[in-house]
Formats: sequence, C-alpha cells, structure tokens
Amino acid sequence: MKQTPLTAVHRALGAKMVDFAGFEMPVQYAGVIEEHLTVRRAVGLFDLCHMGEFDLEGPGALAVLSKLTTNDPAALQEGDIQYTMLTKPDGGIIDDILVYRTATGFFLVVNAANTAKDFAWIKEHLTPDATLQDRSSELALLAVQGPKSLPVVEKVLGLSLADLGSYTFLDTTYKDLPLRISRTGYTGEDGFELYLPNAGAEPLWEDLMAAGGDYGIAPIGLGARDTLRLEMRMPLYGNDIDETTTPLEAGLGRFVKFDKGDFLGRDALLAQKEAGVPRRLVAFVMAQRGIPRHGYPLFDEAGDEIGHVTSGTLSPSLNQPIGTGYVKAELAAPGTTIFVGIRQKRLQAQIIKGRFLK
Amino acid sequence: MSEKRLLFTKDHEWVLVEGNIARVGITDYAQNELGDVVFVDLPAEGDTVEEGEGFAVVESVKAVSDVYSPVSGTVVKVNEELESSPELINESPLDKGWIAEIEIAEGTQLDDLMNAEEYQAFIKEA
Repeated sequence: MKQTPLTAVHRALGAKMVDFAGFEMPVQYAGVIEEHLTVRRAVGLFDLCHMGEFDLEGPGALAVLSKLTTNDPAALQEGDIQYTMLTKPDGGIIDDILVYRTATGFFLVVNAANTAKDFAWIKEHLTPDATLQDRSSELALLAVQGPKSLPVVEKVLGLSLADLGSYTFLDTTYKDLPLRISRTGYTGEDGFELYLPNAGAEPLWEDLMAAGGDYGIAPIGLGARDTLRLEMRMPLYGNDIDETTTPLEAGLGRFVKFDKGDFLGRDALLAQKEAGVPRRLVAFVMAQRGIPRHGYPLFDEAGDEIGHVTSGTLSPSLNQPIGTGYVKAELAAPGTTIFVGIRQKRLQAQIIKGRFLK
Repeated sequence: MSEKRLLFTKDHEWVLVEGNIARVGITDYAQNELGDVVFVDLPAEGDTVEEGEGFAVVESVKAVSDVYSPVSGTVVKVNEELESSPELINESPLDKGWIAEIEIAEGTQLDDLMNAEEYQAFIKEA
C-alpha cells in the first residue's frame, strides 16, 4: 500500500487508517459526525495527497483536451479552473476531473483510483505537439475547507486571498517551494486546495493546524469527506458515476458543451439527449427509518424494480438518512415516492429537488 | 456492569446470562471499530434466533454490521431506546447499549464463548 507524506502524522493523531485507491489513508480521527460538523461550522484540514495530477502542455494541449473532455477548455483564462469529464466514445464517464489553465498549458487533477487509467487514456490520444507528465507522486495536496478557511490560509501564506474567486487559482511560494492554491473543494463550503512538492506537506500541515487553532480547526478523514460531498450532491466517481453512466444521466449536462466542436462521446451524448435519457440520478430522503447504501435496489409503488442506490448515508447536518440513485427517467420527478430495498424490507423515500443541504 | 460476568463471541458480541435469559450487545472493541453508530435495526419480540445467525444490524455512518446471536432461542425483549438513541452503543456498549434479551432454548451450550480474560487476549491478536 502506498503512503502519503502525511501518513506518520495521521498515525500520531490516532487516525483510523484504511486502504483507499491503493493508499493508506485516514478514514476518521475524532469521528465522522464530529468532523463533518467541524467543516460545516468552522474549518477542517484534509490530506488529499492520493489524488492524481498531470501537466498537459505544448501547442496542441488545448486541442487534445477539448477532444477528450465534455466541457470547453477554450473558455478558460489563465488562473481559471473548470470541472469536466473524460468520456468514452459511447458517452460513459472515464473520470470527472478539474482542469487548471496555467501559463504554460493545463494542470489536470484526477481521482486517485483513476490516475493510471486516465494517464494511459490521455497518452493514447496525445498529438505530437502535446506532452503529458504525471506529477502525482511528487505533488502533495492539502485541502482547507469550511467557513473559517480564509483567515487560516491567509495567516499561513501571508497573502490576501479574499479576492481569489471560486474556481480560480494562483501560484505562490511556501518555504521556497512552489505552491499552487485554488478556491475549490468537495464539501460545498468555502475553502482552498493547496498543491506543493511532497517535502512541504508536513510543515504546511503543521502550520495550518497551528494557525487554525483559534478557529477550531481539526483534521478530517475520508469518511466525513464523503458525507460532506453527498449532502451537496457532488458525485463520487465509482459510486454515482462510472464508465456505464453518462453525464446526461448523472445530471451533469451543464458540463457538456455540444457547440464547442467534436469530442469523444459527443455523437453518443447528442443522440441520448435527443432521444431522452433512459434513467436519471436522483436524490431522495427516507420517509421511514433505514439507511440507504450503495447497491440497494429501488422500487416503485407497484413493487417493480426501477433502479439502484449509488450513495447513501445518515446526513450528519440533517440527522436524516439521505441517498442518491438511478431510477427510470419517467419516475425521476421531485416528489415521487419510491421504495428502498433494505434487507428484507422496502422502506419509503421521496425524491427531492436540488441539494440535501440548502 | 462488571465485565467479569460477561461472555464473549469471536464476532465481538457480549452476552450476560441470568437464569434462562441471555442479554446481548456488542463489545467496546466492536463499537470503536464501527465508529459513530447512527442506526440499529432491532429484531422483533417473539422472533426465534439461531446461534451464529444475524439477528440485528448496527450501522455507523460508513458501515453496516450484522450482530450474530450467541445463543439459540426466542427474543423476549429489545432495547427500544436504541431507536431514538443509537449512540448509546458507543457511549455505553456493555450496559445502556444492550440490544436484546433472548430466552435461551433448551439444550443450548455456552461452551464456545470466551470469558473476559480470553476475549481480551483474542482482540490483542486481531
């Protein structure tokens, strides 16, 4: 199992460690619920060193990226960030990624479990005038998330960051190391993600923990990362989306730009858009006691199976069981009553509109 | 609750036997491994259970865990407080967090269960 530059720090903090995408990662420190609420109310610090990062550069980089992704990278100015997806010719999602427009090309941030797959896919589609470099093993990534993120990060970096807009980034230095900081995250709260060489990970972690002391900072594990993103209906690759689901089925159509020119998956997605999607990813809240989990079947009122759960948990903010899942498109309207098969029971749930946490 | 009176399974349940009634819960080790317990699926009073069979489910935010009955018999009482306060399993696993009481079927042997000392040695090896 691979370790991050912070594995020893997590162990010293008493974290419960698990194997995640081949990395030994902290799943929780004080407890998932407490950590979750710390991020919603104050500020939390995450080790995300397992995530993958690539540099895609050269005169042909823009054309390669535009061909491989659903969103339009030509719309990006230097310093902008875009959420996008790599799709197969059949429209299935290879990965959901972030694209940073740098001075010299593009910086791609990919899901840890997909790093090798994505690298091979992009490499295979490179043109001679573009280069791809995997920087995952040399770069650390820390996230600071929560309403008190701004003063904590400003204090450590000695920068004013109030004007750094959502989904933008800047390059600076930390202890003579290059540091890239973006106003992004996976919690729905204000926050920052900080990329720097591995050597800087532990000092930066310690500095952020020290600076955050006055604001109630705490380390946050992958358990709370999952509940935080689910309350905001951010999809999780491998659960909510994968190579068998399309961006349109997953409700991510706003990140698909049909008018930008050709891209892998465009024909299939356009055909699906015109024909109508067969199923949709919906969000639901339980009306009866029970927690939906990935893979549980979903039923309609007549008792026919209509889909399955992709993510589910007890929402720590709402203290209510919540879930997402694919259902037949004609049953996807908000307000529809569905049933979740939990062990021997079928428990009632209701499809909602938008995020769980308003 | 003195741990000395309890017997333990390899699946990390505890059992307290008084007469022909066995009170069952999960151990401190088990609740710590699970993390914050947010839901308990209790059996119904009158359910018959077999030794080693799942008869209740304890769920944390992340995980779903079966609770296996240490004895065969009939469920005579369940801890209904767990429906509104599942966190009792974290706070007081051996006492307020008990799950159910089972009337032990005749002929049930408790020989396979561990005493407190044996259980402590068992979890050290795990």
